Amino acid sequence: MGTHAPAQRGATVTELRVTAVSGTRAGRIARPRGARGPILGAVAFTLSGALVGLLIGPVHIGLEAVARSAASQLPFLHIRSHLSATDSAIIWQLRAPRVVLGALVGGMLALAGGAYQGVFRNPLVDPYLLGVAAGAGLGATLAIAYGGQSVGSYDLLPLAAFLGAAVGVALAYALGSAGGRGTPTTLVLAGVTVVVFLTAIQTFVQQQHTQSLQEVYSWILGRLDTAGWHDVALVAPYVAVSSAVLLLHRRLLDVLAVGDDEAATLGVNVKRVRLVVVVFATVGTAAAVAVSGLIGFVGIIVPHAIRLAVGTSYRIVLPLSLLVGGGFLVLADVLARTVVSPAELPIGVVTAFFGAPFFAVVLRTSRSFT
Amino acid sequence: MIAVDSLSIELGGAPVVERVNLLVGSGEWVAVIGPNGAGKSTLLRAVAGLAPYEGSLRLEGEEVARLTRRELARRVAFVPQAPLLPPAMHVHEYVLLGRTPHIGTFGYESAGDLDTARRALERLDLLAFAGRPLGTLSGGEAQRAVLARALAQEARLLLLDEPTTALDLGRQQQVLELVAGLREHGDLTVVCAMHDLTLAAQYAERLVLLSGGQLVADGKPGEIATEPLIAEHYGADVRVIEHAGTVAVVPVRRR
Repeated sequence: MGTHAPAQRGATVTELRVTAVSGTRAGRIARPRGARGPILGAVAFTLSGALVGLLIGPVHIGLEAVARSAASQLPFLHIRSHLSATDSAIIWQLRAPRVVLGALVGGMLALAGGAYQGVFRNPLVDPYLLGVAAGAGLGATLAIAYGGQSVGSYDLLPLAAFLGAAVGVALAYALGSAGGRGTPTTLVLAGVTVVVFLTAIQTFVQQQHTQSLQEVYSWILGRLDTAGWHDVALVAPYVAVSSAVLLLHRRLLDVLAVGDDEAATLGVNVKRVRLVVVVFATVGTAAAVAVSGLIGFVGIIVPHAIRLAVGTSYRIVLPLSLLVGGGFLVLADVLARTVVSPAELPIGVVTAFFGAPFFAVVLRTSRSFT
Repeated sequence: MIAVDSLSIELGGAPVVERVNLLVGSGEWVAVIGPNGAGKSTLLRAVAGLAPYEGSLRLEGEEVARLTRRELARRVAFVPQAPLLPPAMHVHEYVLLGRTPHIGTFGYESAGDLDTARRALERLDLLAFAGRPLGTLSGGEAQRAVLARALAQEARLLLLDEPTTALDLGRQQQVLELVAGLREHGDLTVVCAMHDLTLAAQYAERLVLLSGGQLVADGKPGEIATEPLIAEHYGADVRVIEHAGTVAVVPVRRR
């Protein structure tokens, strides 16, 4: 055999033996790790986004004044800020927390989306797949409809949204893994079932309390405008822990790409990895949703754009999603509060406005879409 | 290497493998043959830890069901009939996945792991393809990539489920020659499920015939690949031709 094989089909067996014996042919393979260039680029993108978020607003405050004000906060430099008390409050009490919250929420949604896509081996799923959004929506609706005056004062709304999200995903997971299955397909179907069911309850509650419609609707569209450092402090611990756990799983998500059975024969406990990733992606998403409402598309477009730009390995997709998602949402928020200034667009409208056309382009151009 | 004692497997309530006894020695090449639905794949999947079973199934003296995923993956490399090849994943990344059981849960590949993967690529003459996406490979090249991943796993038992089914004649021989070549170094044990009886008889040292979930014959290729056994269990009319110390199975049309 072999001697008549077409050359481009690879070597014949005879040639193979020669290669194996000589064994010295040059050939290095590199560890598929997070390339430094894209990471630095993403860091630069996020920092520029944050700077734009600090500088742009109805009140004009220049770059130099902001920089001096920032430097004056540092000890031992003895730099004096030129900002008035009002301008200083605008920068540090209004814009800065909003920028940080946007970065945390956007980064968390994009990272959770990327992680969900990994464990479900489907580039089209988003972090709301298993009922986070529907559960949070129901929780928020219940809080607004029945919470009365106490909603604003005791963080009842974010708490209810968080609990609703957790219950929604727990239901979907229990349903999808009943009978020892827990395959991506059964979980997705269970998620769809739970979403339909919870949405039905939410609609019913809204119908019974029509006075709450406006407030529920505005919550569902998503917003960062109520921010203040309080919301940042509320969400930051969840984002930090969830991100750390998800990033630790990025090599394992690459192994899952070959399917549950093959990943198992490579020594991976597939069900445990899937459970841990879903739990932490859900906790992070639920915390983000609890303070910002339902901001759509970030969890799909950001990881997807990154795959198109730098490849599909989760080792690079996950850290870049965290960084780029943060920068993206901060910039989306800048648009949300400037386009129809002094009014504000819901940020969910901005992300959907850019998300939908982006998706159409991806669908038309990408062939390796499964 | 493998000691199977009264092994039974049910899938969805139906018995697929029934009370099979089988011993495979270290370094052997055993082909599991039998008609469709005989339980060949299921038997292999049980050895790979993918199918719950009754009875006893020991690898190097240890019960498969008691080994952790990682312990099992260091002993057994499994090549399924239709491996899932992520089209955008590069060949070298794919082969590196074979090192998974040797890497800590949250760890990364060591220089030694990279070197093992490189040698696996070299052994299967894939160095030139290392940077290619899996989606661009031909059937034969893809099968070599899967073998390279299994080789990088450095397991002493290699399970192949229908390794030649999707390949043309030349590529079938090439893949089996590669497996034969892998056995020349070290004491690799190979168990493969096969449909092509001629290739099974020519490459394997021993054939095991499964039919209806039961082990019905076990022996040297010349003893198992016989006209009466094949007629009985495959319902096929064949002539068995002896050639250069081995046999070829030729289907003939009923007249």
